[in-house]
Amino acid sequence: MTTSPGTILDGERRPGSITLRGRKVVGGYAEGEALVTRDTISGWGGINPMTGTVIETRHELRGQSFKDKILVFPGAKGSSGWSAAFHITRITGTAPKALVFNEMTTKIALGAVVMRIPAVTDFDRDPLEIIESGDWVTVDGDRGIVEIRRGPRN
Amino acid sequence: MRLTEAEEAMLDGREGKAKQKAMDLLVRYGEALGAERFVDTTNVTGVPAYYSPVLLDYYKVAPDDAYEVIYSRFDLDSDEVVEVPRMVVNSCGLQGGVDAEGWKTLGKSYEALRMSERSEAASAARGVRILKTCTPYLAGNVPKLGEHCAWMESSAVVYCNSVLGARTNTEGRESTSAAMLTGKIPDWGFHRDEFRFATHHIQVEVNVESVMDWGMLGYFIGAAVGERIPVVTGRFSRPDLIHHKHFGAAAASSGGVEMYHLEGVTPEAPSLRQALGSKAPAAVIPYGKAEQRRTYDELNARATDPNVDFVMLGCPHAALEQLREIAGLLDGRRISGNCRLWVFTSRAIKAEADVSGYTAVIRAAGGAVLTDTCSSIAQAVPPGTRVVALDSAKQTHYLPAIMGIQAWFGTTAECIDAALTGRWNGRRP
Repeated sequence: MTTSPGTILDGERRPGSITLRGRKVVGGYAEGEALVTRDTISGWGGINPMTGTVIETRHELRGQSFKDKILVFPGAKGSSGWSAAFHITRITGTAPKALVFNEMTTKIALGAVVMRIPAVTDFDRDPLEIIESGDWVTVDGDRGIVEIRRGPRN
Repeated sequence: MRLTEAEEAMLDGREGKAKQKAMDLLVRYGEALGAERFVDTTNVTGVPAYYSPVLLDYYKVAPDDAYEVIYSRFDLDSDEVVEVPRMVVNSCGLQGGVDAEGWKTLGKSYEALRMSERSEAASAARGVRILKTCTPYLAGNVPKLGEHCAWMESSAVVYCNSVLGARTNTEGRESTSAAMLTGKIPDWGFHRDEFRFATHHIQVEVNVESVMDWGMLGYFIGAAVGERIPVVTGRFSRPDLIHHKHFGAAAASSGGVEMYHLEGVTPEAPSLRQALGSKAPAAVIPYGKAEQRRTYDELNARATDPNVDFVMLGCPHAALEQLREIAGLLDGRRISGNCRLWVFTSRAIKAEADVSGYTAVIRAAGGAVLTDTCSSIAQAVPPGTRVVALDSAKQTHYLPAIMGIQAWFGTTAECIDAALTGRWNGRRP
């Protein structure tokens, strides 16, 4: 990450923020604190849907909760129970607020649909290079726009 | 998405509410993927309306009345509860969390058994074949070359695409339940020719022969290529069904591999060039002694205590030949009093093992042959288990994280030796 906090990049709508443009996966609007990982995430067996935490051994986010976070990650891996595990997070109230990811798979598409949260992929720049955990992120699923402000909202 | 007239009719509700809700979900899913149309699928495997306490609790419904509530609200992601008609295509039920016969061994409650039986009976009444296995291809559902399938279970998906040359993405519970009612699935990914070519070339520079060797190679490749498609060349012996089963399951656990090519072996890889679709691979990755050892060490990283109190075999569900091998390795001896041995398989294969006498041999040794589930899915290990021995890279990937126990990984023979002695004596390759 070479951009310092507050740097104005192309086409900013607000000073101090960064805008990424991608493709709508699931529409809707959400904003919240980013939780970023460079590791792909397993659903069934990789998360505890009752608590909304990552449980996979050796995962960068092991023990961390994605509840109410904007989850920024490369994509899904592992069991075909991905969508069902994340679907249960919607039921238990531990789901993330939105998904921002790079690699489209059937697991992640179906999971995003049944969680009924905004999701965006296919960005003009790599969100993993731009967004850091703790950044305040808004996700406009319908327009495929993700806006990042450094650090938590004041 | 562009829909045919028949698909529009389902989406409009002209074919009934259940098909309408199923099409609505499939259209949302297809649009999320960026698919433009559906394909007709003739072969669906899933876990329709699988009951779990969290769902029964959330929907505030008793097991007797739960099928249509869970099918509608969870499987079809519908806010309205609809009547669920008969399935329209070949539909099979995969593994669940309880063994209908061995539920007490697994430590499951009678309520859990009843829940599973109610769900199963309601599915069977709608035409679902109750295979209860992660290996449908060993239990009577073998798709044809090129057949469009909608399968769950990552180890079965990778087998379906790679070994059988049939076509499926890794579907989920919701998409398979919707496909059972409509015979439709988004035309995306592995249904399309251009998606099936290899992207990464793995050069095997060490001998790969045993089930353990193939498991390690798969585990290495999954971690190396993620969701991409590997083509493997080099020093491997011609794999049998069991080698494919363990290789694919491992690659689908450490990564998201849904299809692989083995040069000169799998149906879409008569040559390296054809597997790659005449394109250059994104990467050429060597697998030699160093990589094999690193993979072995990673799989064994969570074990320090050589005292083994549990041995679990049959991930993916054991083939008949594996039950024969286990019975042979036990050789009339009894397992250690400090250790338990559970072998998981499908009902179909267990019926064969019963008549072949293998089940009796394993039982006489103090072990159990269980069906319908596994320790990870059932979240069941013998009481007090601290250290497990496994011959499956996939189970080694999941079980320690799910149950908070140590796991040793090795050959089937090393696992049986651990069951007999209560000690791990696995050898690093």
